[in-house]
Amino acid sequence: MTAPLIVFFVLAALAVIGAVSLIFQKHPIHSALSLIVVMIALAGLYLLLGAEFVAAVQIIVYGGAIMVLFVFVIMLLNAGVEEHTSISKMAGPAGLLLVIALAGLVAATIVRSTDSILGTMQTGEMSSPSGVSKTLGISNMIFKDFVYPFELTSFLILVAVLGATVLAQREKS
Amino acid sequence: MISFFSNLLSANAELAITIVKIGLLLFIVLTVNAYLTWFERKVVAHMQSRWGPHRTGPHGLLQPLADGVKFLFKEDPTPAGVDKFVYYLAPLMALALALTAIALIPFGPDPIRLFGHDIYLGIAPPDVNIGILALFAITAMSVYGVALAGWSSNSKYPLLGGLRSSAQMISYELAMTMSVVGVLLMAGSFNLKKIIEAQAHHPEWGIAGWNIWPQLLGFFCFFVSAIAETNRVPFDLPEAESELVAGFHTEYASFKFAMFFIAEYTSMITVSCLCTIMFFGGWLSPFPASWTFAHYLPSAILIPFGLWVIWDGLRYETIFGRIILPGIGTAIAGLGAILVFLPGVNLFIQGPFWLLSKILVFLFIYVWMRGTLPRFRYDQLMAFGWKLLLPLSIVNVIATSFIILAKMTWWAK
Repeated sequence: MTAPLIVFFVLAALAVIGAVSLIFQKHPIHSALSLIVVMIALAGLYLLLGAEFVAAVQIIVYGGAIMVLFVFVIMLLNAGVEEHTSISKMAGPAGLLLVIALAGLVAATIVRSTDSILGTMQTGEMSSPSGVSKTLGISNMIFKDFVYPFELTSFLILVAVLGATVLAQREKS
Repeated sequence: MISFFSNLLSANAELAITIVKIGLLLFIVLTVNAYLTWFERKVVAHMQSRWGPHRTGPHGLLQPLADGVKFLFKEDPTPAGVDKFVYYLAPLMALALALTAIALIPFGPDPIRLFGHDIYLGIAPPDVNIGILALFAITAMSVYGVALAGWSSNSKYPLLGGLRSSAQMISYELAMTMSVVGVLLMAGSFNLKKIIEAQAHHPEWGIAGWNIWPQLLGFFCFFVSAIAETNRVPFDLPEAESELVAGFHTEYASFKFAMFFIAEYTSMITVSCLCTIMFFGGWLSPFPASWTFAHYLPSAILIPFGLWVIWDGLRYETIFGRIILPGIGTAIAGLGAILVFLPGVNLFIQGPFWLLSKILVFLFIYVWMRGTLPRFRYDQLMAFGWKLLLPLSIVNVIATSFIILAKMTWWAK
């Protein structure tokens, strides 16, 4: 067991526990807190892979901005403990099927790529190929190779922001 | 047994050094926090023609100690109907995140060489490539302490305080992040050390080379939104005592309240560090590099200050003060004298000296504002953040990018 591997298992366990807790918690705030744990554990995993920039952005955007908004809305609406309707009770069995399907998919992928995973573990090479993970590499890709898709996405977000502003405006009498 | 430990130490020297550094920095930061409350009370008091704390120890210097003891020994009731887990988690989160941020600050340019190891001032290694981003990540998380405290207290005023705080932090974080983009563009790096070094391109320029001149607009946006992020006057609406009793920490007593308190003061220190590093040249001296006589400035300040403390102590009204104050004064003046006679130490101390002096100036500005500015109204706060700071910081980003691009295309050839 090398140190990065131990850290990996701790973070992975944290992410899984957080995700399970997210589903089983009764109160929305507790679920939101569990989701924050998942986000931070994922950021730690990115850091372990050598993707510093992605890790920081993961915490700033998901852990910070988006989850603060979630918590804010839950607090503002003063949402209480969730209630179970007849439809939401059906989600359990349906979800179970999906979980089995997803687990099978993940297992199949792992079985297929066992050799390469074991190879990386033995060499201790847990960082991704250089260039892509580094900040410079990311900016080169966003602003050179994929500049048009990136700008189009920005435009889409701008449209969404404008739409939200228009919807939130009070009607002028 | 001893050989086992020495083997373990030599095998994990980096780890041991880091743990010692963490302990040391924790001690320093908490002490500075305690004396920051004393400093704040004294300065605000003198601004309002009062004396401030002056009973506990000479000049009230033992007041922070008394406060700490009081916090520790007060009864710590948990109100009925709180969400226990979150109620206990909130102050822990606030304090832990505030202290983690300090760990990323580099406090000096050169390492000390001890036992064959280069020991840098500051816990994080100086080559953290995402320094400033990591700091913003921690700031982004720190809203949870306040918001969750407000929610979990199960009480009206804390909930309102928590809501105000989350809304305020979401609004101002945007402007804060945008306002540093100019600095990052000029330095070309997220690394705090490289940001400082980028301000020393022309060693003879001294103060004229700092980022504050080209980034005046960015500094304004950053400082204002950073004050809002730390919930300080004039943006302390989450704990507006005239409206919300004590805001988010109304239901907290004893040491859990102290944890919020320490977290707030620690983030004040972090913001001061960031302002210094990004806009005011960090550990760089404001004088041109050829002015070597400026290296004696620490001594020139410490020796007269120490002598003044001795003189003031000798005529102090209590016997305790007459013993303690001259002792402190002798220590300060002695330190200044040592720096004169040990040029190597004096040269090493220059970086930390300038960094700490600048941080102190910013802490004073914080206190100054608390003593003079009235609180914003809530709609003013929102309008100020969204309609003034955010557009200004975006203008700053665009202007800086254009100037840098123009320099690269026309002047650099």
